Amino acid sequence: MPKANFSRHGMPSQDAAERIKNFGEVALGYSEEMAVEEANRCLQCKNKPCVDGCPVNVRIPEFIKAMREGDFPEAARIMKSTNMLPAICGRVCPQETQCEEKCVYFKRGASVAIGRLERWIADWELDRGVELPQLSELSGKKVAVVGSGPSSLTAAGELARMGHQVTIFEALHRPGGVLTYGIPPFRLPRTVSGAEIANLQKLGVDIVYNFVVGKTATVDEMLADGYDAVFLGTGAGLPQFVGVPGENLAGVYSANEFLTRVNLMKAYAFPEYDTPVKVGDRVAVVGAGNVAMDSARCALRLGAKEVSIVYRRSRTEMPARAEEAEHAEEEGVRFLLLTAPTKMIGNDKGAVCAMECQQMQLGEPDASGRRRPLPMPGSEFTLEADTVVVAIGTSPNPLVPRSTPGLEVSRHGTVVVDPATGATTKKGVWAGGDLVTGAATVISAMGAGRRAAASIDKYLKGEE
Amino acid sequence: MYKILATETLTVNSKLFRVEAPYVARKARPGQFVVVVVDEQGERIPLTVADIDAGAGVITIIVQQVGKTTCQMATLEAGDSLAVVAGPMGLPSHLGNYGTVACLGGGFGMAAMFPIARALKQAGNKIIGIIGARNLDLLIWEDRLRGISDEFYVTTDDGSKGRKGFVTQVLQEKLEAKEKIDLVFGVGPVPMMRAMTRTTLPYGVKTIVSLNPVMIDATGLCGVCRVTVAGETKFACVDGPEFDAHQVDWDQLVARQALFVPEEKLALARFQERIAAQAGAKA
Ligand SMILES: Cc1cc2nc3c(=O)[nH]c(=O)nc-3n(C[C@H](O)[C@H](O)[C@H](O)COP(=O)(O)OP(=O)(O)OC[C@H]3O[C@@H](n4cnc5c(N)ncnc54)[C@H](O)[C@@H]3O)c2cc1C
Ligand SMILES: Cc1cc2nc3c(=O)[nH]c(=O)nc-3n(C[C@H](O)[C@H](O)[C@H](O)COP(=O)(O)OP(=O)(O)OC[C@H]3O[C@@H](n4cnc5c(N)ncnc54)[C@H](O)[C@@H]3O)c2cc1C
Ligand code: SF4
Ligand code: SF4
Ligand code: FES
Repeated sequence: MPKANFSRHGMPSQDAAERIKNFGEVALGYSEEMAVEEANRCLQCKNKPCVDGCPVNVRIPEFIKAMREGDFPEAARIMKSTNMLPAICGRVCPQETQCEEKCVYFKRGASVAIGRLERWIADWELDRGVELPQLSELSGKKVAVVGSGPSSLTAAGELARMGHQVTIFEALHRPGGVLTYGIPPFRLPRTVSGAEIANLQKLGVDIVYNFVVGKTATVDEMLADGYDAVFLGTGAGLPQFVGVPGENLAGVYSANEFLTRVNLMKAYAFPEYDTPVKVGDRVAVVGAGNVAMDSARCALRLGAKEVSIVYRRSRTEMPARAEEAEHAEEEGVRFLLLTAPTKMIGNDKGAVCAMECQQMQLGEPDASGRRRPLPMPGSEFTLEADTVVVAIGTSPNPLVPRSTPGLEVSRHGTVVVDPATGATTKKGVWAGGDLVTGAATVISAMGAGRRAAASIDKYLKGEE
Repeated sequence: MYKILATETLTVNSKLFRVEAPYVARKARPGQFVVVVVDEQGERIPLTVADIDAGAGVITIIVQQVGKTTCQMATLEAGDSLAVVAGPMGLPSHLGNYGTVACLGGGFGMAAMFPIARALKQAGNKIIGIIGARNLDLLIWEDRLRGISDEFYVTTDDGSKGRKGFVTQVLQEKLEAKEKIDLVFGVGPVPMMRAMTRTTLPYGVKTIVSLNPVMIDATGLCGVCRVTVAGETKFACVDGPEFDAHQVDWDQLVARQALFVPEEKLALARFQERIAAQAGAKA
């Protein structure tokens, strides 16, 4: 029985004062020595509680064992048997509420750094050229995969491996979904996501860009055009707004607009790139999830002098990954907690110049299990802000549901599926990821893509 | 890449492109638009599908040069390509038989109005075409619009062709004279569409305009295109671009369009310098 070791290896990272001047990756990754040392801390628990915490059940103790034996190719193979995009998940999974929360070390605040090890082994493999999985014999069946976010990429990769001919149809001009337009490069370098996507293409997956399903062609037309099955992974990209007066003033962005300008259109390199972004001296970001942290930290990097997160609940309820909130704080982002906007105030040019806010207090737990924020009368105050970013959530885009008769949609706009298979109420059509769950996580979207691929494979073989 | 098959210089500041885009050509209806990106560094801009050759898989777009991207497009010729042509975006025009429809076009809106007016004509409407520009050299597709109009008027700000004045003055006179107009349709710069709104409001004539807020994805993802119509927030790219002019919050649209003007000016100046330097190097 190995001895317990409670000192989790810290992550080397760019210094906060330096990194807010660039879009380079913040967390720099373990060295081989650190990775092996950290791997050595794992107790190889017989009942593997960590594996239950992972939505795709990565065989955690097994890959860690291979790592500490120095058999890195085997570690990568084990990892990829359930997780096609480990370099991405290792970086963006909310480990502290998933695998690492279930680690036996968790209560002592010293979970094995599973995510960092996952990232290390994936980067190690990407550096050396990835071993491609064995492809099954070609089936002669064609599958259309709609969208190119993590759910679609996973479904496409699995289906290609099973021998089906897969075409991805993406509305934008670049692949990756949120990985490309949302998550900034300082958290997920584009070389990493790009390499993972290129590997998929090596499996024979074809990507058609600038193809908006529901507009360029409908799902029914794709089925009639010779696709034997369709997987929908169009995400939850429709931004929600708070619903307070003044929200359409110039200078009020949805987080999607702000991040799309910066990440997809590379506005940080304006005027080398044509798309501009405007960031004032004082930026207020409404919300406290990953999207809000990403917006706040992009704003800092674009030269804002003061960036505030405005959140109506307290620190405990903040939905962002713990590491991102910590990084944001280190970088100087202010947290105005228990604070909610009540009004956006404009100047004589119709541009935002301030936000009226109200203090909140926490009441009884609501449907989400979190304590409900209640306004405190008379606590209004004005926060100066020449840029406001609204990051309070997104819902599924209705383009595909509205143009697809026979596809059942819930009252929240999410597509209804059989949770075991991802099959929708329409024959030959599957769905997964944020489109089904509402805004969730990369790894849950990947899990859904994988389950749907297995079910589509059975269907194409006439077994279902 | 989307190949440019032919171009035609229409005026000093507008150019026509015939572009290979088979998917769009198969589906586009009057009133819809595409998103275009010129090259790797380019921004996404919306442009109306002005005509279609569905059999050949070719669409026609007409571009008025107002800033960096549109000026850069104007340097392209047959054989060049566009990095992105995505669509068709937006809702098609609501085509019905309304009776008599006045169709107003200004700027690029002259071309953008054409497919809508033609379809309204085919739907059995009587068409009153009214187009306008600063002077006669800036008129676009006058003959095509005239060809499908039952009544047709041209206005120029300087009187160099047709009536001196604005398109809305012709409309105003007709409304004053109690001529039968059941619907007014307009595409053009915001000041023109806004003036149309003021003109028709007192007469209670239903007025539809095709709004042109700034857009990025045009799929409902970013919300930059939001406009307030009848007190509600709408995304012009997916809920529009056509709206009831009388319900539009015009001040807001103007303010939102102005946000990036300094950056747009900088981008244009840089581009013009580059072009001038290239021309200098050649000479
Ligand atoms: C800023 C931000 C930060 C995040 N940070 C994290 C994080 O740290 N960790 C984490 O686990 N999760 C994070 N998430 C959530 C995570 O990214 C999503 O849960 C995940 O990407 C969902 O994947 P998906 O495949 O369902 O869809 P998406 O990634 O949303 O991709 C959908 C794709 O479909 C395309 N599409 C949409 N409509 C159409 C159409 N009609 N035709 C063709 N294509 C279409 C879209 O353009 C897009 O490319 C973050 C999200 C955001 C926005
Ligand atoms: C649905 C829709 C359809 C359109 N169809 C056409 C078309 O068929 N042909 C065409 O030439 N143009 C069309 N436009 C307008 C066109 O998209 C803009 O002119 C273009 O984006 C300007 O890009 P730029 O980089 O050249 O200029 P910019 O540098 O972006 O802008 C230069 C100047 O134009 C103003 N401007 C910027 N964006 C717009 C806009 N969307 N509308 C009006 N003024 C703007 C700016 O305030 C600035 O003063 C359409 C717009 C929309 C929303
Ligand atoms: S995929 Fe995510 S949850 Fe699963 S083991 Fe890896 S980091 Fe943990
Ligand atoms: S729970 Fe922690 S210590 Fe146990 S096997 Fe999993 S990672 Fe290793
Ligand atoms: S242009 Fe992005 S939502 Fe309309």
